[in-house]
Amino acid sequence: MITIIDYGMGNLGSVVNMIKKVGGKSIISSSKNEIKNAKKILLPGVGAFDNAVKNLKDLGLWDLIKEKVLVEKVPIMGICLGMQLLTKGSEEGELEGFGFVDAYTKKFRFKNNDLKIPHMGWNIVNLQKNSKLFEGMENQENRFYFVHSYAVECKDKNDILTTTHYGYDFVSSFEKKNIIGCQFHPEKSHKFGMALFKNFVEKY
Amino acid sequence: MLQTRIIPTLLLKNRGFYKGIKFKNHKYVGDPINTIKIFNEKEVDELVIFDIIASKENKEIDFDYLKEVVSEAFMPIGYGGGVKSVNDAKRLFAIGIEKVILNTSAILNPDLVKELVDIFGSQSVVFSLDVKKTFFGGKKVFIKSGTKNTKLNPLDVALLMEQLGVGEIILNDIDKDGTFSGYNLEMIREISSKLSIPLIASGGASKIEDFKLAIKAGAHACAAGSMFVYHMPHRAVVISYPKYEEIKKLLGE
Repeated sequence: MITIIDYGMGNLGSVVNMIKKVGGKSIISSSKNEIKNAKKILLPGVGAFDNAVKNLKDLGLWDLIKEKVLVEKVPIMGICLGMQLLTKGSEEGELEGFGFVDAYTKKFRFKNNDLKIPHMGWNIVNLQKNSKLFEGMENQENRFYFVHSYAVECKDKNDILTTTHYGYDFVSSFEKKNIIGCQFHPEKSHKFGMALFKNFVEKY
Repeated sequence: MLQTRIIPTLLLKNRGFYKGIKFKNHKYVGDPINTIKIFNEKEVDELVIFDIIASKENKEIDFDYLKEVVSEAFMPIGYGGGVKSVNDAKRLFAIGIEKVILNTSAILNPDLVKELVDIFGSQSVVFSLDVKKTFFGGKKVFIKSGTKNTKLNPLDVALLMEQLGVGEIILNDIDKDGTFSGYNLEMIREISSKLSIPLIASGGASKIEDFKLAIKAGAHACAAGSMFVYHMPHRAVVISYPKYEEIKKLLGE
């Protein structure tokens, strides 16, 4: 069972649909009592960084998620803004992120202003280390759908799971112990997203 | 690098998919949910769904049915047709639609465009620039699914929408729609050269080489309807979509 955190940032329907499609079970919740019992957490998110932090704190979920992830070591996957929240902070906001990963979220900057922001569309994700999340996908080109203006920079290169090229190579996903972040949207990336979610459902 | 998006356009009417010629004579081509399932298997980049009666007949958006359709789609979806308010957009995003596409309401109520952009961000607001030749005065912008002439010039409207903050513009040449005669490259060139936001070419695609021509002319993405639902020359209904490798090779990506 995957607990999808509902904190008012973006639509969760697509995530639920895809988890169901690959044979997983999920519940959407913003309730402390339910999330207390979560075995696996999914933190989606679209919108502004500070709003997200505020919403999670207002719902009383901030410290609870910290405890689940750091003490109970429950697997957590952050998607898009959800990934950025797992870092120490973002140039987009003033508030601190969870800081589960030694990383920081920065705005895309290009030397010649020839690339559009947001980075929107399908792009290739290049695997940087072995992971259960990409099991069975190692020998193929993996494409995912992106929409974002900010990207994560990892201090510890060992945390980088995949990189993607847009002007330069940025961290399109990281994985550190029980903590996973994906900048792309698996729920909108048909067969690639399904393969990834299937691994998250079955292997974590 | 980002890959060029090739986007099937599907027209929704009374819970069926239809296709017409020059925005008219719409014929039933299939069940939406089945069609979406086929497009999933074919790994399409993105889908656009237009409800062709919501705006014309001033109907409420069929949220319940859209929700069903979208729950089967595992790719980004843009929806247009009868989007009149922030609340409409909010409900569309809540059921899993990525982008709202405006036409009539953006022309009649430019403030709505601004409001949507402020709340949901440019990347989730698209303008559909529907253009048709008129007897006098050349190409003009049409609203209400191509039935009402605004007498406005396409380029002026494109620039206004960019200024209002939309993330991209779909350039729909109504005279080309369903004709299999290739995109209107001249118009793509003229409008895209003045815009800094992406332009999606639409209307007239018949073969994948047309995508290459449109991209060369300045389009950032290509939409097509008939080409993906009809098998020529007899317009037999066959859902198709080019293979990823084929597109990649064609566009040199």
